[in-house]
Amino acid sequence: GAGGGNDIQWCFSQVKGAVDDDVAEADIISTVEFNHSGELLATGDKGGRVVIFQQEQENKTQSHSRGEYNVYSTFQSHEPEFDYLKSLEIEEKINKIRWLPQKNAAQFLLSTNDKTIKLWKISERDKRPEGYNLKEEDGRYRDPTTVTTLRVPVFRPMDLMVEASPRRIFANAHTYHINSISINSDYETYLSADDLRINLWHLEITDRSFNIVDIKPANMEELTEVITAAEFHPNSCNTFVYSSSKGTIRLCDMRASALCDRHSKLFEEPEDPSNRSFFSEIISSISDVKFSHSGRYMMTRDYLSVKIWDLNMENRPVETYQVHEYLRSKLCSLYENDCIFDKFECCWNGSDRQVIFKCSVFFFSTCSIVMTGSYNNFFRMFDRNTKRDITLEASRENNKPRTVLKPRKICASGKRKKDEISVDSLDFNKKILHTAWHPKENIIAVATTNNLYIFQDKMN
Amino acid sequence: MAAPLGTAARADDTGDEKQDAQEKEPVAPERAEEAKLKAKYPNLGQRPGGSDFLMKRLQKGQKYFDSGDYNMAKAKMKNKQLPSAGPDKNLVTGDHIPTPQDLPQRKSSLVTSKLAG
Repeated sequence: GAGGGNDIQWCFSQVKGAVDDDVAEADIISTVEFNHSGELLATGDKGGRVVIFQQEQENKTQSHSRGEYNVYSTFQSHEPEFDYLKSLEIEEKINKIRWLPQKNAAQFLLSTNDKTIKLWKISERDKRPEGYNLKEEDGRYRDPTTVTTLRVPVFRPMDLMVEASPRRIFANAHTYHINSISINSDYETYLSADDLRINLWHLEITDRSFNIVDIKPANMEELTEVITAAEFHPNSCNTFVYSSSKGTIRLCDMRASALCDRHSKLFEEPEDPSNRSFFSEIISSISDVKFSHSGRYMMTRDYLSVKIWDLNMENRPVETYQVHEYLRSKLCSLYENDCIFDKFECCWNGSDRQVIFKCSVFFFSTCSIVMTGSYNNFFRMFDRNTKRDITLEASRENNKPRTVLKPRKICASGKRKKDEISVDSLDFNKKILHTAWHPKENIIAVATTNNLYIFQDKMN
Repeated sequence: MAAPLGTAARADDTGDEKQDAQEKEPVAPERAEEAKLKAKYPNLGQRPGGSDFLMKRLQKGQKYFDSGDYNMAKAKMKNKQLPSAGPDKNLVTGDHIPTPQDLPQRKSSLVTSKLAG
């Protein structure tokens, strides 16, 4: 159709973070998220810090590149804690950041560690009051008896200051470790999910939360399954899904009952029992679930693949994309080095509709691409329309702006061709777990262990 | 620039065990890997990888330290090297006694992120 030949050509744009190989634990990036306009890009790390980048306004003279992302604000979101009663160490690592849609001049985001969710307000201050009657400019108080005339204080411009302040702290609602937060389409409530429970909150209320899913068995010895991710439907404020360590997704409707222990739909791909191995359940564990923008589909990521599900069909996914199938014959060593438990995320391209200009005509095209990370700092994209896929690498060696990234090829077996990389030479310490796609443009943010890469499509 | 042909499976492909065209042995790669693992660790639970990992996951962050255990072990060991917690610092104590050196530093990050540098 009209979409033929509009493969995106990805170019390096920017890289943030330290160059040295010696990575401090605190610098490990744990989450990446664009805000709703794409103007802001937030990262969270293992040290509990949030860094927000802002896209520069487009330079009219530089039509060949989009605005760069520069640091806008950075703050310590969470601190390490120790629960003495349970002898439990609470990591400050930021598990997820979710932005609220912008309602006024300030920006709001939710950030969470294992136990506590916080609502942060990020606001700009670009003027300050001057000319007080009772205070000097440096803040010292003036002796009132020396005041002979009065003046009206005025606001004068000052250098832009961006301030982050915690407006709400949602604590003490999770016994287990929070893996997901998701803001409802009503923009008033949100859910938080831990291994065994999901809670519903109102953004204004911190001392109460409603438990909407509880899969804790009466006897913990009977535990067979945990919640791995949860998300609200993008349009239906009563609908949410949660995924499990057994590879299932449950869709729940909050109108059905207060406690959504009985799912409305159960999505599960049947498994051939003769194919079952020790690894089957581990690699079927879903590490991420994301609704499509329309809400008609959802995507899940398990260890080796990305699956697209049609909400109208529960018994199998409509599409399956192999991320790194060559790892199936390495599962033993991946189990030994714990890599088999790595939690990869996945994301959809920004918007379903794209306008392309070809042969002097504008076309509307339905663009549907999904992206996910892999090892060796590789990341993968699958175009659902053309069924083509590509493997790219986030590396400082490819950092010439406007130079198209070269696709990578992995040699699974047999003779390795010149440009191919053999499976045995992949670096499993270089994982790309977190990626994000700008909501409106073809700009992507890819996090390696401690660096953030920004790529954009080649503009002509 | 055409990207290589994708490996998107159609919905009617069966199971998650694809026979690699180059695979000469009848054993599927996943089973071969399982055999390798069982050969290395014969005591591995008969249950497929499931609840052991779940319990471990739920217990993440649990730190046990008993000064009585610690001092008795120290006295018993005397001249020998104290057993350290090993690479898995999250193991429940028993034979593994965490020493103060094993526990990670709990300082919070007052340093600005290098991403903002």
